Amino acid sequence: MNITLRVWRQPDSDAPGKMHTYQVADVSEDMSFLEMLDVLNEQLTIDGEDPIAFDSDCREGICGMCGLVINGLAHGPGKNVTTCQLHMRSFADGDVIDVEPWRAEPFTVIKDLVVDRSSFDRIIQAGGYITAPTGTAPEANSIPVNKADADAAFDAATCIGCGACVAACPNGSASLFMAAKVAHLGLLPQGQPERHSRVLDMVDQHDAEGFGGCTQIGECTAACPKGIQIDLISRMDRDVLSAIAHRK
Amino acid sequence: MSVNLSNYYVDGDPIADSSAPDVPLHETWDQRRFDANLVNPANRRKRTVIIIGTGLAGGSAAATLGEAGYHVKNFCYQDSPRRAHSIAAQGGINAAKNYRNDGDSIQRLFYDTVKGGDYRSRESNSWRLAQISVEIIDQCVAQGVPFAREYGGLLDNRSFGGVQVSRTFYARGQTGQQLLLGAYQALERQIAAGNVEMHTRHEMLELIVAEGRARGVVVRDMVTGEIETHMADAVVLGSGGYGNVYFLSTNAMGCNVTATWRAHRKGAYFANPCYTQIHPTCIPVSGDFQSKLTLMSESLRNDGRIWVPKEGGDTRHPRDIPTAERDYYLERRYPAFGNLVPRDVASRAAKQVCDEGRGVGPGGRGVYLDFASAIERMGRKAVEAKYGNLFEMYEQITGEDPYEVPMRIYPAVHYTMGGLWVDYDLQSTIPGLFVIGEANFSDHGANRLGASALMQGLSDGYFVLPPMISNYLADAPFEEVGPDHPEAVAAAEAVRSRIEKLLAVNGSRTVDSFHRDLGHIVWEYCGMERTEEGLVKAIDLIRELREEFWRDVKVTGTNEELNQTLEKAGRVADFFELAELMCIDALHRDESCGAHFRAEHQTEDGEALRDDENFAYVAAWEFGGEGGKPVLHKEDLVYQNIQMKQRSYK
Repeated sequence: MNITLRVWRQPDSDAPGKMHTYQVADVSEDMSFLEMLDVLNEQLTIDGEDPIAFDSDCREGICGMCGLVINGLAHGPGKNVTTCQLHMRSFADGDVIDVEPWRAEPFTVIKDLVVDRSSFDRIIQAGGYITAPTGTAPEANSIPVNKADADAAFDAATCIGCGACVAACPNGSASLFMAAKVAHLGLLPQGQPERHSRVLDMVDQHDAEGFGGCTQIGECTAACPKGIQIDLISRMDRDVLSAIAHRK
Repeated sequence: MSVNLSNYYVDGDPIADSSAPDVPLHETWDQRRFDANLVNPANRRKRTVIIIGTGLAGGSAAATLGEAGYHVKNFCYQDSPRRAHSIAAQGGINAAKNYRNDGDSIQRLFYDTVKGGDYRSRESNSWRLAQISVEIIDQCVAQGVPFAREYGGLLDNRSFGGVQVSRTFYARGQTGQQLLLGAYQALERQIAAGNVEMHTRHEMLELIVAEGRARGVVVRDMVTGEIETHMADAVVLGSGGYGNVYFLSTNAMGCNVTATWRAHRKGAYFANPCYTQIHPTCIPVSGDFQSKLTLMSESLRNDGRIWVPKEGGDTRHPRDIPTAERDYYLERRYPAFGNLVPRDVASRAAKQVCDEGRGVGPGGRGVYLDFASAIERMGRKAVEAKYGNLFEMYEQITGEDPYEVPMRIYPAVHYTMGGLWVDYDLQSTIPGLFVIGEANFSDHGANRLGASALMQGLSDGYFVLPPMISNYLADAPFEEVGPDHPEAVAAAEAVRSRIEKLLAVNGSRTVDSFHRDLGHIVWEYCGMERTEEGLVKAIDLIRELREEFWRDVKVTGTNEELNQTLEKAGRVADFFELAELMCIDALHRDESCGAHFRAEHQTEDGEALRDDENFAYVAAWEFGGEGGKPVLHKEDLVYQNIQMKQRSYK
């Protein structure tokens, strides 16, 4: 099939960007979206033009490195997939496809479709961990964990930190990202001692980075490639209230 | 042998590991830790350690050393340390906990590792790995890694290829992700505490060796193109394996050999480069545009049954082929282990049935992995709980529903057992250069067992490296060496001139087109099956292509910007040099062992036939200089606790 792409090109974070139009011919439906961009980049290189910069690494939906807004949707039209897992069979011959970077104030565009997501690392630094120094730890089976809690913690822990939730949110909020970590650690017995300080510190950092607040719109969950559920945000809010109530 | 090997390499002096204490095997690690020198906490702050990579090995090492009080500088090419490729490991992590009461023990895990590696690993290292495995699980649970649990709340286990006990801990099909997030969170805690300085989007391009010690690195800031020099008291490489030399592999797009190869060129020996593992259960190639291959966890072999039609050219829908006309070839050939034979055996068997014309799917390079009987036995829900995300992933890529139609799988390059040579302390042949995780060669011999890579990465990073690097740093302070030292200046200059050279070629072919051609050569002649004739041919082809690369590659743009073409070009240039050494290593190793299968050496049943008399050694290669021949140093492998046997999984 033949595809027309309109791609955001921006030389660096200081320069203005704009959409450029490219034609890509003979696209196979078995190609992934990123492989289609690879093919275009090969052609651009041969023609002596600057290939389109975009992030990707594992290309199997787990590293969280890739992320494009495709036709206005974070990670494109697929459900529960990252951009690298989106295949061209989701498109039709003659389609015109818009390709843009994640757009949110804390996600500065570095070049073309590549953005800076270091704010996510700083949110984790603020409290997204359990303090467990390397050394002789308690025997793994000494603390049984209710299977339902363990499974729910795992579901929350599958967040890949890609930033699609932020890109999809009209408020530019990273609440789903943060709530997933708060739930993962807060559901486990090991995470209880720091449960209150964790959530408050993470929320403070989130706000300091310039992410917006959550107004329960739900675009984040719809865009999340791992299907992280929005009720985790309510759970986080309850943790915040409880933490404030217990603040000493 | 008809070729004259001296055309390809020269023999050097033997090499030996002198750091493992001479005590009974099970006491080795405890004794070594006791003998190791310590660094006073107040002095640790004065010592800087550079760590390249943030995967299970690099990330866990950075977190642990930062917490111990050292000043750590950690580098990764990704935009966040959480994205290192360890994250993609699916199946699980082994530990000799014996929670199942099925006869497991440290000794059995050790035995399985050495046997699985086809008697080409060092006893002391493999024992230590098995011993530490138990502590890793405790550590990870304390960090909040959400391992699978049973209804009673205790940890669940599954079995894995190459063993008959159930010792694999897992977090659905995302074990690597969960373990890495545990290490990443511990690392971020140390970054916040100011103990670790994190440099993301930075790629190591040169090692600085001054006054006889590894003292720093030259890195490129991948956003601005700035070439930076960083100095330290010791350097640690946790930069992963080199599977992307094949172009198509299950590695991430950015995985590369540059960090270890640059260190090799500076004097670190590269051991057993020809030991590359082909994973039996990957999704088959669908076209020329393919950029990578996707692995389906080996754990699928627990419940899936592998088969092909008995007759070649059978194009019926798999569900229409009656059982009597199917060949469950692994169950037939290996009744004791069935579908759970080790990876190398399963991969070669798949290649054989496809070579016989019995392969399925487009191009005939595939075999069925069928869950019909598992669904019948356990119910669809149980299968979904165990493998749900893997089934979804398969469907996304192929457009086929594995609950209804058997999966099609084919082997793909997955892991590299070879790597920089290290002694028992994980120190390379350059003092002060330590190598951990997949980047070193140490624990898996000629073939790695499933669920053992995660174990090794965390064992090295959390538990082995910290006391051993402290032992080294106890001798500090070393000579004053700053960024203006002639060796540091020369290293930075070498990086700049190499980048200029790549940008100046301005030829007519893209980097990827060269990489793809290189991958074809290595896959064809140094992949699942190797022959003397093929390897000789491959070496010539690689040399020709490499020459063409430097004459005709086209790298667009400049250095002073985010330039992904330039990044790739540098990596591919190093893959060319590595590929040649891999083929020379495979050519010199005139036997079959584990994943290294020389067609000239096989049993009547087509199994790898070792030659212990002549090849029971580690081949550690020294860089022979620009255009020179590599120098072979042999480390003899002595087995005092295990009897070397012909591997049998029947």
